[in-house]
Amino acid sequence: MHQKVCVTAIINDEEVTFLCEPRQSLLEVLRDVLGLTGAKEGCNNGNCGACAVLLNGVLVNACLVLGVEVNGARVTTVEGIAPKEGLHPLQRKFLEHAALQCGVCTPGFIVAAKALLDRNPNPTEHEVRHWLAGNLCRCTGYDKIVRAVLDAAAEMRAQRQPT
Amino acid sequence: MQSFSYVAARTLAEATAILAREGDQAKCLSGGTDLIVFLREGRRRASVVVDVKGIPELNQLSYHPQAGLTIGAAVPCHRIYSDPEVTAHYPGLIDAVALIGGIAIQGRATLGGNVCTASPAGDAIPALIAHQAVCVVASPEGTRELPIEQFFRGPGQTVLGTGELLVALKLPPPRPRMGAAYLRFTPRNEMDIAVASAGVAVALSEDKAHFTHARLALGAVAPTPLFVPQAGEALINQPVSEAAVEAAARAAQAAARPITDVRGTAEQRRHLAYVLTKRALWRAIERARTDGKERENGKLERGG
Repeated sequence: MHQKVCVTAIINDEEVTFLCEPRQSLLEVLRDVLGLTGAKEGCNNGNCGACAVLLNGVLVNACLVLGVEVNGARVTTVEGIAPKEGLHPLQRKFLEHAALQCGVCTPGFIVAAKALLDRNPNPTEHEVRHWLAGNLCRCTGYDKIVRAVLDAAAEMRAQRQPT
Repeated sequence: MQSFSYVAARTLAEATAILAREGDQAKCLSGGTDLIVFLREGRRRASVVVDVKGIPELNQLSYHPQAGLTIGAAVPCHRIYSDPEVTAHYPGLIDAVALIGGIAIQGRATLGGNVCTASPAGDAIPALIAHQAVCVVASPEGTRELPIEQFFRGPGQTVLGTGELLVALKLPPPRPRMGAAYLRFTPRNEMDIAVASAGVAVALSEDKAHFTHARLALGAVAPTPLFVPQAGEALINQPVSEAAVEAAARAAQAAARPITDVRGTAEQRRHLAYVLTKRALWRAIERARTDGKERENGKLERGG
């Protein structure tokens, strides 16, 4: 085993310092070292998106990042999406539309959808489906997820520009 | 995962010194979308992982109308297709980097990583060959440059020697009335690996009736990405016509030497080399025609 490395990062708007082995992925660090179990391990090779997080605002798979690589970076996990009180509109719309069953893929979808809406507040259905192609769901058939994202986007636009 | 030490290199000298000292046991990490999977699955061994993302030369992304485009090896796909100048001038490259993996992969995966993984199906490579990319390689002794079509030795194998590091890719400025395109065949549009692919670049005469320049490369039909100079030669000085495109596509098909594997049969891949070449050529021709018009309009507007 190689020596552990000291890493400091901003995780969900909070400065965190932790020790990790170079071989530990960011996903392992989040779940096993920091106790942030929202990001899930699905395939562990970049195909399923269950571990999606934002790294300096960019959507990435935490299983394909080493923990040591985030030194000095800003990481947002699903735990950092909701405001202090209540839920993020995406989270609320996933519940309203029943856009989940087993829920394992849901944190990844929420984080990925937030990354989309941060860039494109008014995506088409096609753009939503294309953006979320790196997230796999074996329960819903995707339609409810896509509707939830489109509905959340509409609500967030309406709140930004009250008529 | 196997255990290794980690160094975040800050300079080319630091990185190449480690690579020279550790040899095969040192692996370069940029986006990690291939390397971390390879290490986890035991397909590569490393005693030290050298993170090269922090080296300034590997992060440059600059375009000048005379000098062309320089893309650092550690620039991720999303930075390339978010750059309006690269998008305007290198459409074949944009086609490729915008369909590697999915959005989360493109946020991390780098152009240099795609080249150094040296998959026969690497999406960026046929497009880079079509755009006449040159590889800039550093070692403790200095730097050397070579055309990208000479960079590959076999599946997963490059010409990089001990102590050598891919620094950047340099693409010449676009020619007048130039168009390029990259197309692949996959069962799924996203998150898939090419069964076969074609990257092409063409330039047209002033009246846009003849080819003045053409380059073509194929992916996933040979042990390495395959430059097919005879397909380009079949087009140069020929009229822009179905017959000329057909001849180039037949030349590409004849050059393909595919295998049968889990993704497709050799027969299917030979067919795809022909079909994808034709479709990519027509897309590039269309871009060459309309880009030319857009540039003229731009000139008129600026002149007025």
